[in-house]
Amino acid sequence: MQELDRFHEEAGARGVADPREAGHARHTHPSAKEYVRIGMILVVLTGIEVWISYSGLPHGLMITLLFFFAFVKFALVVLWFMHLRFDDARYSRFFIMGFAGACILFLVVLLLFKAFA
Amino acid sequence: MADTTTHAAPAEHTSTGLPSTKLAMWIFLASECLLFGALITTYVLYRGSSTTPPYQHEVFDIAYTSVSSFVLLASSLTMVLSLVAAEKRDFARMRLWLVATALLGMTFVGGQVYEFTSFYHEGLKIGGPGSNLFGTTFYTLTGFHGVHVTVGILMLLSLVGMSWAGRLPDDQAFPVEMVGLYWHFVDIVWIVIFTVVYLIPQPKPPGT
Repeated sequence: MQELDRFHEEAGARGVADPREAGHARHTHPSAKEYVRIGMILVVLTGIEVWISYSGLPHGLMITLLFFFAFVKFALVVLWFMHLRFDDARYSRFFIMGFAGACILFLVVLLLFKAFA
Repeated sequence: MADTTTHAAPAEHTSTGLPSTKLAMWIFLASECLLFGALITTYVLYRGSSTTPPYQHEVFDIAYTSVSSFVLLASSLTMVLSLVAAEKRDFARMRLWLVATALLGMTFVGGQVYEFTSFYHEGLKIGGPGSNLFGTTFYTLTGFHGVHVTVGILMLLSLVGMSWAGRLPDDQAFPVEMVGLYWHFVDIVWIVIFTVVYLIPQPKPPGT
């Protein structure tokens, strides 16, 4: 077990150039302070979103701003709380595949049934 | 980044070099993106197509749902704090944060049950006589999300019980991270639902 731990430490020190070592290498997660900071940003962004929905801005501008802030919140949670920023890039690729699939589905269905209806 | 914690994935030799459990979780979450993508698309497709009341602007209480959103965001924070505690091998604090996360999740689901009940009494139904497209798509989308939150709560409570009983592996951070991934996913789905369903105003139908 000690040998295995030493192997992991050495792998972490070398970096993750070898893909076989990538998943086992030590990776760094944010501290509690940084998580709280991200949490506060999320709360502020949600407050701004709610304010925008009551603000009476023009419909197009309101939708653009709401989607922008929702995307920022989404990215903060995925990159920091779910650690995609710190983890192996292959996890990101799988998730982006699913997310892109959902976006494509959304656009194709709406184009077919709304724009061309 | 000076103030960080370090976490090692459990030793496991796989052909990808990645822990299979974590890889499987990410593939599962990618498939869940497609599920919720389809549900959100359906909601948006039929948005504003209801010909019978009640309509969106008649039943929604944005202030109430905003509080629910803050509760779910707070639960994501407590979830990562439990991971920090697990990485520091402070398992008592880890269990405390996990229980806090489960309680916040219960608050969210309780709020959703109250919301559904009040909408139902205002005439918004999912099917049968008197139902409309808005009710059907709204209950299906938010109901699926609520079920996911409920499953997450069960996972959190199981984790607390297993940790308490000493049935978790020595590196308790790994299972906490896996449950955390699911929990945060539920949170990001809500971020989208909150914007698309609640915050974007629906044009009022003529004559209302």
